[in-house]
Amino acid sequence: MSRQSAIEIAGVSKQFGDFTALDHVDFKIQQNEFFTLLGPSGCGKTTLLRMIAGFETPTQGDILLNGKTISDSPAHRRKINTVFQNYALFPHMTLAQNVAFGLENLGWAKGDIKSRVDEMLEMVHMAQFARRKPDQLSGGQKQRIALARALAPKPEVLLLDEPLSALDLKLRQSMRDELRRLQRETGITFVFVTHDQEEALDMSDRIAVMGNGRVQQIGAPDEIYEAPENRFVADFIGETNFLDGEVTALDGDTATIHTALGIDVTTTQSGVTAPGPAVLSIRPEKIGLEAQAEGETREGTVVSRNYMGGFTHYTVEAGGVSLRVSRRNAQARADRIEVGDTVTLGFQPANARILGQ
Amino acid sequence: MRKQRDIRSYPGLRTLSLVFFAWLYLPIGVVIFYSFNSNRLVSVWEGFSTKWYVSALQNDALMSSVRVSLIVALFSMIFATTIALLAALVITRAPGLKMRRVSETVVNLPLLLPEIVLAVAVLILFSQVGLNSGMFRLVLAHVAFCTPFAFMPIRARLQGMSLDVEEAARDLYAPPLTVFRRVTLPMIMPGVFAGAMTAFVISMDDFITSNMLNSGGGTTLPIYIFSLIRQGTTPELNAISTLLILVSLILATIVLILNARAMRRDG
Ligand SMILES: Nc1ncnc2c1ncn2[C@@H]1O[C@H](COP(=O)(O)OP(=O)(O)O)[C@@H](O)[C@H]1O
Ligand SMILES: [Mg+2]
Repeated sequence: MSRQSAIEIAGVSKQFGDFTALDHVDFKIQQNEFFTLLGPSGCGKTTLLRMIAGFETPTQGDILLNGKTISDSPAHRRKINTVFQNYALFPHMTLAQNVAFGLENLGWAKGDIKSRVDEMLEMVHMAQFARRKPDQLSGGQKQRIALARALAPKPEVLLLDEPLSALDLKLRQSMRDELRRLQRETGITFVFVTHDQEEALDMSDRIAVMGNGRVQQIGAPDEIYEAPENRFVADFIGETNFLDGEVTALDGDTATIHTALGIDVTTTQSGVTAPGPAVLSIRPEKIGLEAQAEGETREGTVVSRNYMGGFTHYTVEAGGVSLRVSRRNAQARADRIEVGDTVTLGFQPANARILGQ
Repeated sequence: MRKQRDIRSYPGLRTLSLVFFAWLYLPIGVVIFYSFNSNRLVSVWEGFSTKWYVSALQNDALMSSVRVSLIVALFSMIFATTIALLAALVITRAPGLKMRRVSETVVNLPLLLPEIVLAVAVLILFSQVGLNSGMFRLVLAHVAFCTPFAFMPIRARLQGMSLDVEEAARDLYAPPLTVFRRVTLPMIMPGVFAGAMTAFVISMDDFITSNMLNSGGGTTLPIYIFSLIRQGTTPELNAISTLLILVSLILATIVLILNARAMRRDG
């Protein structure tokens, strides 16, 4: 892997007065990658994005674009463009003028600007609105123009700060596909910020999960979901059950934990350095309720049932521990499991994960 | 639950409004009406005529005072608006500016001081530095009290304008001056225009300071009108006033239209 990374965040911290918004953040974003910063609101995603764009300066550390530091260049000299959360279109300019703005500042020739603007408006299906002003557009249309405006100057990196959060649900899904398409077609590195895990899992090549001003884990969507490195990530991405327990044996990446459920589970671990208290994380859909369930099994009682159409969610109590289980409704008339039924819980140890406290 | 009553249906409100607006506009209506009166006696209607307009426009002393007022108001407007714009930019945009409130108060101070204090102060100052030229003195003095009037609408628009748009401009490779010229200025233009118009009108309208600084080449329209009144009212006054009302209405309408357009645009 000798490929030059598009963006490198090197030991960046950001302090607002006494408050630490970012704490030694350190990672690389590859060329042509759809990279997502995912984390709860207030964890510093926007701050990091604004430092990459040049609107904030790091208190400590360095930011590199294509291997060269950009910490000293002002925002208007960075070949990076931003799609702002509330679009920030220029209200006094037509859509075509909005898209042309960056190109004019870069000193493009008139003819080139015109053809590029046409091309970009075409690309976001807004060509027929070129002469309108932003106030005549719907939210989704504004979003498209913001994208066209930011992509027109062919930036090295495109930053997107929660670009879909202001759109309604239906539009959001189609804009997801649209964004992925644009990223593939243009080959531009996208840095996408969201607090919506589903959006992140759906769209990204890689995700950096952020929490408390730190990067908690970086990985492909399935790595983040299936192999969380700590409790924060396991909890924030999707749903999970945490079973308290004691690690009794530790061998590198695997460990054996004696859980509160009363069974011993040997599986992969992360963050456990010595035998002692730890948790077992097991996703609701990885637990079976059938009598023939494989792996570790235990009897339990169904205490609640929520029918969701495609899935049914159950809460099952076993040995004083309550577990969430979700089961796909694969058959139209499946055997129904009702509240009060006794079921056999079972899961494959490989589907569970031991996490340090 | 009874529906909340529309405030317009409150008893007596209609009458009260009518009385109020009559009280406000009737005198003005009377002035306009009698400006077309052919009789020399201001309040005795004789017949329709525009002769007072002709005689007003041919009155050299009157026209010269109009010219002084317009020139002084124009320059006061330009200087006051420029100063106000720069002050508003610093006060709303400078990062980590210390004493923001104090700076703002200093700009607005002439609003709080009685004008007579300011007038006496500039008179003393000018006579000490030996500044006698009529119009130049007037412009200097007018800029002082016109600036806060120009400042307020400009600051309001700068504060109301979201910073993202300026960041978006920077993001799209615009250096600071381009950001100002192509984004900030066009977006606050209605405020700048309203500020300029207010400064212009305040300067045109000024009496106390202009009277204090009255000199050979520096008699403004309000001073001249006042001197006419002391000799007894003439129908020419009605004609001049009507023309002034017309000009003010045009200016106010332009400001209103510009603001309405900007409001719609910026959502
Ligand atoms: N200019 C600022 N001054 C002080 N605190 C700030 C500033 N910008 C952001 N913060 C704080 O930094 C934290 C991270 O903010 P932000 O990056 O906007 O989070 P996110 O985008 O992940 O929701 C928040 O607690 C926020 O209050
Ligand atoms: Mg944010």
